[in-house]
Amino acid sequence: MIDLSRRKLIVSGLAATAGASGLVVAARLAQKYGLVPPDHGGIYGLGETLTYASQRLLTRHSLAREFPRNRISPRPFPNELAPLTEDFKRLQAGGFADWRLSVDGMVHQPGSFSIADLKSYPSRSHITELACEEGWSYIAEWTGVPLSHVLNLTGILPQARYVVYVSMEPDTWDSIDMSDALHPQTVLCYGMNGSDLPVAHGGPLRMRLPRQVGYKNIKFITRLTVADSLQGFGNGCGAAACEAGYAWYAGI
Amino acid sequence: METLGSAQLAAEGCLSSAASPLPAAKLAPRHSGLVRITHWITTLCFFALLLTGIEILISHPRFYWGETGTVLTNPLFQLPIPSSRKLVPTAYGYVLPDQNGWSRALHFEAAWIAVLTGLLYVIFGLLTRHFRKDLLPGKNDFSWRALWTSFTKAFRFERPSAAEASSYNVLQRLTYLFVIFVLFPLVIWSGLAMSLTFASAFPWSVTLLGGRQSARTIHFFVSLALVLFLFVHVAMVCLAGFWSRTGAMITGRAATRKERT
Repeated sequence: MIDLSRRKLIVSGLAATAGASGLVVAARLAQKYGLVPPDHGGIYGLGETLTYASQRLLTRHSLAREFPRNRISPRPFPNELAPLTEDFKRLQAGGFADWRLSVDGMVHQPGSFSIADLKSYPSRSHITELACEEGWSYIAEWTGVPLSHVLNLTGILPQARYVVYVSMEPDTWDSIDMSDALHPQTVLCYGMNGSDLPVAHGGPLRMRLPRQVGYKNIKFITRLTVADSLQGFGNGCGAAACEAGYAWYAGI
Repeated sequence: METLGSAQLAAEGCLSSAASPLPAAKLAPRHSGLVRITHWITTLCFFALLLTGIEILISHPRFYWGETGTVLTNPLFQLPIPSSRKLVPTAYGYVLPDQNGWSRALHFEAAWIAVLTGLLYVIFGLLTRHFRKDLLPGKNDFSWRALWTSFTKAFRFERPSAAEASSYNVLQRLTYLFVIFVLFPLVIWSGLAMSLTFASAFPWSVTLLGGRQSARTIHFFVSLALVLFLFVHVAMVCLAGFWSRTGAMITGRAATRKERT
């Protein structure tokens, strides 16, 4: 009996040590390969990390489903908007000619782009589904300049890991990792179903990430900041929505 | 009756024999340690998933079939409940508070734990022949008579016989197999199909279900089936003796009625 419990003690001790060191190694590797989301802390951190890490491992280069033109939803649903600010209304009155997208942070050459500038670059259109975390979804054709194109124009420093994007709406900003930022379907979207992107859908400029749910697809984008860490942006979890309790990574 | 009980004892004994043969010696081994642990982890996850699933559902209590659906399109049906979103038309004059942030986080975390626990259970069940021994009905069970007896007994709310304290009848076996190998995989699949990134890597996971909104509707109905199972399961446990059966799932040992009298 005593022998048995001693053996058990040794075996479980070894197992616990192996398990603990395995976890430490796994955490190091996960950190090294960018598998840890900024909101990995707290009681929901385990779930957030497992989702982000497994989707990064399995689906880094996968493309969101694209649909034939006849599947475009006849009536795309514009979600609720906060009241437009005076600044926005002034720009809207000028046909958004003075709208500027600034790019700063860890770039070789900070830049500022008008909507006309963005439209002059090679465009990418995709007919994809916009799905809200609430449950509803619709299909539309989205046209814009790939985010990677704009980042190539300014050049990004090798240590860059995130792109923070800021809306003209107060307290509205979010961020994505480089894998999403350089993804071919990630566009700074200025057109929808063949026309200019309507204000109700985020016009003149919206972030469009078809592999993540609606709330990451922020409307009225005015600023991009390339960063090596999300510390220093808000409380560090990487998004305004995240500070309101929503996951930073929304691939699920 | 006695022989069946002891046969079961021998079959299941292999996993419980390491436990100390102390005062519990009178109680027949019932559930192995791994079955008990995975049962209660799954129970906790199930309640977390159910609660958070309802919270998420409240933000859009409308269901559609096919790929897309919004408040601008006709729903398949809408639940007659209030919503946590202003733009969803309901029969209620108020809007509930938004609970989706933590609900989504807990829903996915509980799903992860439940799926990993389920994998552990299935691997263990195959290795120890738990499914074959305890859940797969025997050849004799498959006669219509045996099934009928089992059905009528269950629907007359008869107390199970003493032998059933240490083994499962055919109806229970089929139900558990259906829940483990049909409902759970289906609820996981339809849930994953709603992940945009998962669908980007495995587009057939959505297409086979008929589209994103179909997947959501299927997820809802399979969850309903699981809730129904929960009610029947708990009702049956109560009928058989709540404390003895729950005790068996905690301690691993069941008192047979004969021993109690």
